[in-house]
Amino acid sequence: MSVSRTDPRIAAGIIALAAIGILIGGAFAGLGIEAARNPQGAADAFDSYLFRIARFTLWQALLSTLLSVVPAIFVARALARHPAFPGRALILRLFAVPLALPAIVAALGILSLYGRAGYFAEPLAALTGGTWPGIYGLSGILVAHVFFNLPLATRLILEALQTVPADQWRLASQLGMGARSSFRMIDWPAIRAALPGIAGLVFMLCITSFTIVLTLGGGPAATTLEVAIYQALRFDFDPARAVALTLLQIALTAVVVLALMRLGANTTGDANLPVAQRNYIKAKTGEKALNTAIIVVALVFVGGPMLATIVSGLEANLGRLAGEAAVQRATLTSIVLATLSATLATMLALSLVMARRALAGSRTGGEKTLLERFTDTGAGFVLVVPPIVIGAGWFVLVRQSVEVFSLAPFMVVTVNAVMAMPFAVRAVRPAYDAASERHERLCAQLGISGWNRLRLIDWPVLKRPLATAFSFAMALSLGDLGVIALFGSDAVQTLPYLLLARMGSYRTDDAAGLALMLGLLCLALTMLADRLGRETTK
Amino acid sequence: MTSTSAAVRLDHVVFSYSDTMVRFDVTFAPGEITAIMGPSGAGKSTLLNLVAGFEIPREGRVLIGDVDVTIAPPSERPVSMVFQENNLFAHLDVEKNVGLGRSPALRLATADRRDVATALTRVGLAGMEKRLPRELSGGERQRVALARVLVRDRPILLLDEPFASLGPALREDMLDLVASLHAERGMTVLFVTHQPEDARKLAKNMVFVEAGTVAAAGKTADFFTNAGPEAFRHYIGGER
Repeated sequence: MSVSRTDPRIAAGIIALAAIGILIGGAFAGLGIEAARNPQGAADAFDSYLFRIARFTLWQALLSTLLSVVPAIFVARALARHPAFPGRALILRLFAVPLALPAIVAALGILSLYGRAGYFAEPLAALTGGTWPGIYGLSGILVAHVFFNLPLATRLILEALQTVPADQWRLASQLGMGARSSFRMIDWPAIRAALPGIAGLVFMLCITSFTIVLTLGGGPAATTLEVAIYQALRFDFDPARAVALTLLQIALTAVVVLALMRLGANTTGDANLPVAQRNYIKAKTGEKALNTAIIVVALVFVGGPMLATIVSGLEANLGRLAGEAAVQRATLTSIVLATLSATLATMLALSLVMARRALAGSRTGGEKTLLERFTDTGAGFVLVVPPIVIGAGWFVLVRQSVEVFSLAPFMVVTVNAVMAMPFAVRAVRPAYDAASERHERLCAQLGISGWNRLRLIDWPVLKRPLATAFSFAMALSLGDLGVIALFGSDAVQTLPYLLLARMGSYRTDDAAGLALMLGLLCLALTMLADRLGRETTK
Repeated sequence: MTSTSAAVRLDHVVFSYSDTMVRFDVTFAPGEITAIMGPSGAGKSTLLNLVAGFEIPREGRVLIGDVDVTIAPPSERPVSMVFQENNLFAHLDVEKNVGLGRSPALRLATADRRDVATALTRVGLAGMEKRLPRELSGGERQRVALARVLVRDRPILLLDEPFASLGPALREDMLDLVASLHAERGMTVLFVTHQPEDARKLAKNMVFVEAGTVAAAGKTADFFTNAGPEAFRHYIGGER
């Protein structure tokens, strides 16, 4: 439908793309200028240490992916085989929680469980026959990554399993297929189709993981590129090294994302809760016992750190903590910045969604234009550029002209907004496209456009999806420790930054209390987003 | 009684979408109802979309009266269109849906509200101003769309199978309503339908579209005789 060439929606999309372009382009400009100014320094930075870090980055991501995805196959299959498993819906809901938890909260939960002074330290020490050193380094990173990604992979695999038509299951039970043959004939083909995408997504998340490695990794032996970038800028003041590390990180993520695209994976993940049940399976007792064991182990592994976060958080002196001026200021800063960031993310997403639709509408068949591609899949590519990289780029760009730390609020708001934007697009686009499908010609005929259209037609339909996008973006921004770690200072502290500072100065009780507060805040926002989202689709 | 009727003319219009192409060269008589029939995918809806301005021709001109509207935006053409469905905004009540025909900003003066109420009475929906579309039947929703046509008061009315999803009795009622609105306002009506009896009952003229072009045009009565165009007789025979 060729409705209008001068659609304001297209202009909005172009502005949004330009804003994103400036943010990312500025970072690259900073890196480029720095490399040009000191090419020898940047080249020298490519030393054996750097390659050791790169190797470790890949190695931990590979191990994390294997340890997350392989067990997830069994957990998902066990859940799929037992649609009436007691508390199944609750388990699935619990498996969605890590997605909503800030990484630093999870890291703290894991430490209070398996750390040197953790709840499991004594039994573990007795078991290993010595003193428990606590999990730091590779083992800590792996445990944390599996904590995040095992539930994610489980849910995605379960989703893949539920795309199997019910008729196949009726058929399987009619033919008397047992657990083994039905896995081979029905489950495995469905899982295999989805597996490359899921594994790729997990790998991508692990390769760009910053907070976990920062808090649980130990020393030069267990450092990834992202953490090394941070250290190069914050502690060594070595921009040349930061540039080299950043270039390597970008190259690495670009390769992974290209591979992911070939595999057809969705890089924004998925938060849909599979609830469909099938009732054609009669599992034998042995299988039932095994599956129950698998589910319980997974549940303990995922639920443990959450429980530890709650228990140790409650042990902290929450009352004193809440009364502390620094905590109050950090909370306020966090909420203000996250609100601004979420607003920006939602506006960016809406602009892109509207522009994409308008461009698709004005196209009479044929190829998509470059602009339409950018507003369509292009938006998701910002995830290729990790927040630390953008932060690092701007850091070296502006460090000589302005006080870097004064940029903290601006950087936190914009970078987090751009990072949350792809998720916001996911929340808004289906509703907008469906409404547009119904309203486009009618609006064109009646001459409803611009502000009138936004106010009378689009807003009533979109307010819920927009609220979903907003609260999700706010949760993401609230829990982020990437940009603020680079730009934070005593003057501008967010909750995660304060949490990190308290961890660093061994005020474990404070950290636990703060983690509980932050975790609950993010969880509440995500649940709100989820609820609003589900009411929309009804 | 304000709208003055105008002829609609597609002058050597060529339009292509992906790999399909249509060519229309046809005139619709002013102030009369013309039925447009033809197989699915023949280009009937495309023809209406070209007149309404939802599609822009690659070549040729679209004329309404003496005015060239080939590239005019839909809202600036003297045209109202009723679609098969989605004629109403689901979140707005009946009065607002009709009122949008008067003001796209929905700023309605007292006189406008009175006109909306009159139009609703005229289509048999008096007192339903505050209902939401989901509280109406399929037929009532199309009546709301017709009420908006009355409020807009444009000389051209395009009907794109608006009654296709209604039962026989209801469709009959709607046809009567369209006939009486036409008698009152005398607008030029282009009526796409799959039902031969609709055409016979309502339309004085007939345009038969096949494979992206006008295959035959003339008086409806002539179409339904044994001397009618062969392609049309074939189509009717095949459809029924």
